[in-house]
Amino acid sequence: MADRRLLFLGLGLLVAATLYLLWGLRSPYGFILSLRATKLAALVVVGAAIGAATVMFQTVAANRLLTPGIVGFDAMFVLIQTLLVLLLGGIGYAALPQIPKFAIETLALAGAATLLFSAILRQGAGDMTRLVLTGVIFGILMRGLATFLQRILDPSEFAIVQSASFASFTAIDPVQLAFAAPLLAAALVAGQRLAPALDVAGLGRDRARALGVDHDRLVLKVLALIAGLVAVATALAGPMTFLGLLAASLAASILNTHRHRLLLPGAAMLGALILVAGQFLFERLLGLQSTLSVIVEFLGGMVFLMLVLRRRAA
Amino acid sequence: MIRIENLDLTLDGAPILQGIDTEIPASGLTAVIGPNGAGKSSLLHCLAGLVRPTQGRVLIDGIDIPAAKPAERARRVALLSQGSPALPRLTVAELVGFGRWPHHQGRPSSEDHRLVQASIDCFDLDPLAHRRLETLSGGQRQRAFVAMAHAQTTPWMLLDEPLAALDPRYARDIMDRLCTLSRPGPEARSIVVVLHDLAMAVRCADWVVSLKDGRLVQSAPRAEALTSRNLSDLFEAEILVDEVQGRPVAVLA
Repeated sequence: MADRRLLFLGLGLLVAATLYLLWGLRSPYGFILSLRATKLAALVVVGAAIGAATVMFQTVAANRLLTPGIVGFDAMFVLIQTLLVLLLGGIGYAALPQIPKFAIETLALAGAATLLFSAILRQGAGDMTRLVLTGVIFGILMRGLATFLQRILDPSEFAIVQSASFASFTAIDPVQLAFAAPLLAAALVAGQRLAPALDVAGLGRDRARALGVDHDRLVLKVLALIAGLVAVATALAGPMTFLGLLAASLAASILNTHRHRLLLPGAAMLGALILVAGQFLFERLLGLQSTLSVIVEFLGGMVFLMLVLRRRAA
Repeated sequence: MIRIENLDLTLDGAPILQGIDTEIPASGLTAVIGPNGAGKSSLLHCLAGLVRPTQGRVLIDGIDIPAAKPAERARRVALLSQGSPALPRLTVAELVGFGRWPHHQGRPSSEDHRLVQASIDCFDLDPLAHRRLETLSGGQRQRAFVAMAHAQTTPWMLLDEPLAALDPRYARDIMDRLCTLSRPGPEARSIVVVLHDLAMAVRCADWVVSLKDGRLVQSAPRAEALTSRNLSDLFEAEILVDEVQGRPVAVLA
């Protein structure tokens, strides 16, 4: 049953991708198609990365309400943008070569996550609550620092930081994408290989260890994958806190299974589907009158509230 | 046989177990008893190799369990700990299937499926096999977890309070099943179980390990360990052990 639903999700993604590519296509076909294909590829890899990373994070954190974003990825990204604008000025920031900027952002995000994860995990990988709480405080610190620095920017520079602080797919650099896509695909495949062990980890640390799973090593591997997936995706498109939550929650309710072999590709496809369908609506039907990330974050936030309220009612 | 040699366990500077030195026979069912905070669960976790002792060692059938690789350990000792609730959307059959993980590491064979079904049958879970855990009663869920430990087909089964929060009928059913499993035979298991219910201990245990304040009080056959005097001293309350209709019982006076 769940396998068939996964197949339907795949078909849905295919339909959305085809619509996105071909709807209202007019001359010059080649140019428009290549532009749309670049955006489509970015939407798919970013959505898939965030969706799968969130499922893995929720399993190792043993909490269905968390997203990797909660440990401060988005705040760190905004701080990096603020620092770059502050140090280089608006013109210098705009003139930054894309590849080094992308590499710096990815390394800074992955580095911060690794630092945070390793600092906490030195206390024992079982202590995910401490990891999450430290991450939340780390995020607040980064956000506070970014807000403070933004106050000393002039209004035009502040506007540049603001526009960079929301995820956007309107100006994806194909070269950046060419670097990011294979990295993300490799991390997704690695995540899929860990799927059976993640099923056992879902039983809780003690039970998983009693069944012979080297739980602490598994958690380290998974957190490294999550850091890579979220860092690359965020550096490519910008921060999306609630997209993962939306994709992971929908995957769990649609596929109705605990098996990560299905949940990981399911959440990856749903993440991609949400972004592709959202971008299609936003570009073709709303005439670019809003920002995709705002719509996704709004829907994700609603799902988050719904999950919290439903849990409280239960 | 389990050989515990001069075992000390300290957590966050607090001594949890001190100088435990004893042997647990391989045959039959061993009950670990003692008041709250005696270190019963910690001892079980040390035996299963999930907690490294601060000092001393644990040998199970001659193998240094804390030093063994996780999968190797899980093929020798099954531990049912008091854990958090499992993943949602998990059926009884899927949960019991996890017991085979140490043997197949994610690629179950037909033999694994057969052994899972045997464990489901052994604990009368067949009618519930496709029910989700969240739809079961506490007793049914506990039975499913015990079946998961059984499906590990390890020579040793260590169970931490498997009767917690169960009504007398469910508790008796599970204990009777464990008693049967511990009896000599081709499928016999060596079972060590932490018990709060002394009535169950006098009913089923062959060997008793008594702990108090992290120290070993006694490690002896049931008849020797479970006397009114020993239990009263151990729990600092008057407990009577007697026979009713030919069966031993323990009651709080």
